[in-house]
Formats: sequence, structure tokens, C-alpha cells
Amino acid sequence: MNYSDNYMIHNCIAIALFCGALFFCLWLWNHRLWGERIKACFKKPFAFLGLTLTVLFFFTAFLDSVSWKSQSLDSTHLKANSQRTALDRIFQVVSGYPEWEYKERATSAPLAKVELHDKDIALKHRHVFGTNVSGVDTAYAVLKGIRPAVMIGTFPLFIAIPLAVILGVLAGYKGGIIDEIVVYIYTTLSSIPGLLLLLAILSVLPKSLFNICMALSLTAWIALCRLVRAETLKLREMEYIQAAKCFGVKLPKILLQHILPNVTHIILITAILTFTSLVLSESILSYLGQGMAESWGTMIASAKTEKAQSPIVWWNLTFASMALFLLVLSVNIVGDALRDALDPRRGGH
Amino acid sequence: MSAYIFRKTLVTLPVLFGTQLLLFLIFFTVSSPTDIARRVKGPKAKEEVLQRWIAEKGYDKPVFYNSQATSLKTKVQDTIFFSYISKLCTFSFGKSDYDDQPIWWKLKDGVGPSLFLTIPIIFASLLISIFISMLAAMFRDTYIDRSTVIFSVTAMSVVYFLYIVAGQFLFSVQFKWFPVSGWSDEYKLYFAALPILIGCIANIGESTRFYRTIMLNEIHADYIRTARAEGLGDLTILFKHLLRNAMIPILTRVIMLLPYMFTGSLLLESFFGIPGLGRLTVDAINFNDFSTISAVVYLSAILYIAANLINDLSYTVVDPRVRLS
Repeated sequence: MNYSDNYMIHNCIAIALFCGALFFCLWLWNHRLWGERIKACFKKPFAFLGLTLTVLFFFTAFLDSVSWKSQSLDSTHLKANSQRTALDRIFQVVSGYPEWEYKERATSAPLAKVELHDKDIALKHRHVFGTNVSGVDTAYAVLKGIRPAVMIGTFPLFIAIPLAVILGVLAGYKGGIIDEIVVYIYTTLSSIPGLLLLLAILSVLPKSLFNICMALSLTAWIALCRLVRAETLKLREMEYIQAAKCFGVKLPKILLQHILPNVTHIILITAILTFTSLVLSESILSYLGQGMAESWGTMIASAKTEKAQSPIVWWNLTFASMALFLLVLSVNIVGDALRDALDPRRGGH
Repeated sequence: MSAYIFRKTLVTLPVLFGTQLLLFLIFFTVSSPTDIARRVKGPKAKEEVLQRWIAEKGYDKPVFYNSQATSLKTKVQDTIFFSYISKLCTFSFGKSDYDDQPIWWKLKDGVGPSLFLTIPIIFASLLISIFISMLAAMFRDTYIDRSTVIFSVTAMSVVYFLYIVAGQFLFSVQFKWFPVSGWSDEYKLYFAALPILIGCIANIGESTRFYRTIMLNEIHADYIRTARAEGLGDLTILFKHLLRNAMIPILTRVIMLLPYMFTGSLLLESFFGIPGLGRLTVDAINFNDFSTISAVVYLSAILYIAANLINDLSYTVVDPRVRLS
């Protein structure tokens, strides 16, 4: 972890985001209009499982974000006073490896006692999922990959959702020149093939989390804006909106109080589905060389060389892709269940 | 009708201009011409080689506005942007930055393999998805319906290139049914079989989810219930009533795949070594070949506009209630 000295700020941001997510879920659970439907939908076994898995993943990502310096008595070893996250500590306790000795020297198969290529060197511990080419335990690498995946899934949404909602609602409600401009912008952006745009942007910018999030949010806001604009066009013709306009209610109040609550279900469902497509695109970008450092995408990308080795090193690829699959599957299930709960056309089905 | 087409085309032509503007912003404002030349020629190239390359391609002129020119006309015209746009209007794409080959030839050579791959993928996955979703609609609320949902959500959650890697490993390395990668003009089907198969399987999940939602929205309508009450058979209801009314969103989705049909699947082609437009694009990005990227984006934008237009026109064909204003 390369937080250097401002790790307290990172901790505070992580805790703030976690509390925000908690409050958001509580608000949704107790919502006047949707509360019971959501509760009914999530009591079904499939959806409940998806929700539990999603919560587990996000909680692990949160655990990996809070870190503090360990005060170890053994000051002879290099990593004695290093900065370690809550996830590191929990992993150490659960797995029983001593603090600075997760790493072996090189690759080893799952549950093996010796290294893969050099059968004379014995391993220090038993690694349930094997180790990769630099000796890092695969289970540890998979757990550490949850945080980049969740970050790439949510941070572009923080930029894309406000942008899409503001532009979509304004374009749909006001019409006229604002509508033309917004439609022109998203038509232009969507006529370039998505992967091409992402690769083009990322190949000219330096590699960092911020740049990847910016590039991904550029393609993520378009779909949401289209849906919000279509829904606003429909809502604009409703009688209560026209009555409010006749009463002289000011524009911001109409937008905030009447239109925005009716668009929220679309935003919620589309946001969750965009999360999955963002996580999947990050893997593809990592495979093509443009992604983040320690994510699942780079583990899967290393399968390119590992596939061709003489005993095939399958465990890296398998466990990283299983973890990715589980994350995306559970979020898809939650999104589906929410869509069943919130979609007004499904009432009485 | 022709007035509608003309008007729609005129309104969407600025999109072509806008995409080129975006590309210029991405490529030219972040890096200087020397950086671009260095990326193409390699980090160890000499200074004169770089300068000669820059002068040859015309990248030493200012990008948008030439403040050193004399008249207002040349101020705008003596720039990279204007010369590019005027060349693109006449479809003269020039030569590639990387290997100096005419881009028009590269595009022409690449369209064939791309079409050969994407047309079977689109049609096969369309047929299979419609079949599965109609099954789900016919047997709604039973185990068949529920397993369709589970299947489609599971298939949707797998990363796209994992299908490619797993498919290559299973079918090419283990079973040895298909070649791992490659292309030959003589034995096209032999080399294209595995990519088409994998492309189909990868696209089924998402399509089935979407089509199932559409079918289930339609099947609860009154006219289906009336047809049932009248005693019409299952097959007639499914094909004559349900499918025809569910066709509009399905047709929209398929028509919007027109740009994808020509530009090809970037991932499939680069993994299987198929010399189509997708691999041309990926290579162009890897080698920072701006003129090829510009040409491909131009082509893709034209196809997108054409697809939008065909989409609007198709509504009149499929839905007799719609009339274009």
C-alpha cells in the first residue's frame, strides 16, 4: 500500500463512504413508497443470497481501505512497522501465516509442499490456493483485488450519475436548445466505439486511478442520461406537473420535488447495472495493458504467459475469474431484484 | 419520406464533425507533435528523423487556429484540423502513420473478415435468444422460466474475454477441434468457426435477459388473453401475435448493432488473429497511429448515423400506427 503519510485522510474518506452507503441502504429500506416492495423482493432466497454476497464484497473492500501502522516489537525485520490494512490483519489471524512471510520465492500449486518448477525447495507454509510467479499467495491476491474492483465500479459513478441526471432532467424538461445540445453530445460520444474511446484516452494519459475513473465515467453517463431524458419527457406531460407550472412553482422546485423522485428508480437500477459493466471493462482494460496495478484484471492478464508453461499454472486465472464472476453475479442479482421491486409496470404480476 | 431522410441526415451530420473534434482533443492537446512522432518512430529515433516525419505528415502546423497566418481564411485553414476535415469529406483518408500504407486499402481488406465474423454472430445469437425468451414467455412462472433467468444472469456475469480464453483452451488446445488462431482466405470457415461460436455464446446471456423482459411485458397484454380465449393455438399466439408486437425493441437493438457489424469485435479479432477492422483498430491504438484511428472513427460515426436513420424508418414498417412527421 503506498499511502505514505496521509493515511488518516484515506481512512476518514473510507469510513465516511461506508457510513454514507449504510444510511442510503437504511433510507431505501424504510422508503414510504418502495420500502415494502423491496423488503418483499429481497426475502426471496436467490435475491437474499445475492444481497449477502454483495454486502460481503463491499465490506471487504472497506476493510481493505482502513489502515494504520503496526507497532511491532520485532524491529529487526523490514516490514515490522509497516502500514497494514484491517484486511491484512484479519487475513493474518485467519490464515496463521506470520506477518511478513506470506511470500514464497516463486510459483507453487494449490495445497503443495514444494515449489512448482524447483521441486527441491520446500514451501514455508501450506497455501490453499497456490502462489503466483512472485510468490504471493493467490488467496491474498484475490482478496486484495476486491478493493480496486469496487473502487473502479463506484468512483466513476460518483461523477457520471450527477452529470447524467442534471443534463438529462434539464434536457427533458426545458427542451429547446439545451435538449439539442445534450442530445448532440451524447450522440457524438456514443458513435465512437466504446472500447476504442477508452483505449485512446488511456493511451495518452499517464496511468493512475483518477485517469481510469475519468475515462470510464465518460462512457458511463450516456446510457443513464438517455433513460432519464426519456422519462422526463414522459413526466413533463403529466397533469400534476402542468398544474404546478400553472401555479407558478419555480423551475428548481418542480425539478427537485416532482420530477427527480419519479426518476430515482431508473437511476438506481441503471447505476447498479453500470457498476457491473464498469468492473468488467476494467478487467478488459487490464488485459489490454491499461488497467490498475493489483486488480483481478492483471491476475487474469498474467494468465497469458502462464497458459503456455509446461505444467499449466491455472490457479491464478481460475480464482481471480471466479471472484470476479461472483462479484458481478451478486450485483446483477441485486439489480434484478431491485428492478422487480421498483419497476411500476410489474405491479400485480 | 425523402424529405424526412434529408432533414434527419442534415441534423446528424454535425456528429461527424464532433467525433473528429473529440479525437483531436484527445490526441493533440495532451501531447506535442514530438511526443507523437516519438511514439510512432520509437524512443531512440534521432531528432531529424522525427522532424522530417512531422513535416511530412503536416503535424507541425497548429491544431485549431493558426495565429501567424495573414488573412482570416488562412488562419482557420492552415491548421491540421481543417485539412483533416476537408480530406475526410471527400473520403480521402491518406496514408497510415505507422506503416505508410493507404488507409482505404486497409479498410477495404479488413471489412471482409469482420463481416464474415459478425453477421453469423448477430443472427445466430438473435435466433437463439429469441427462441429461449419465447420459451420463457410460453412457460412463464415455471421452472423453465426461472432457469432461463438464472442461465442468462449467470452468462451475463462472465467477463467477455474469459469466454475467449476458456473457449480457446477447451476447444483448441484440449479437444483440438479448431485452430487456436489465424486466418486464411481459402479456408475461411475453418478459421472463423471458433470465433463465431464463442461470440454467439458470449452474447446470448445479455440478449436473452433483455428479450425475456420484452416478451413478458407483452404476454400479459389483453390481446394475448383474448386470443387464448378465442381458442388460438400456442404456436399461432407466439409467432403471429407475441413476436410481431415484441419486434420493435428487438429490431431497434439489432439495427443499432450495424456499426459493430462493420467495425468488428475488437477483442475477438485481436485474440484470434483475424485481419479484420477490429484488429486494425487495436493495432492502430497500440502503435498510436492517429490517421487510422481517425478513419475508423469516421466510418463508425457514419454507420451510427445510418443505423439511427434506418431505425426510425423501420418503425413505419413494423408498427402501422407510427407515421413520420
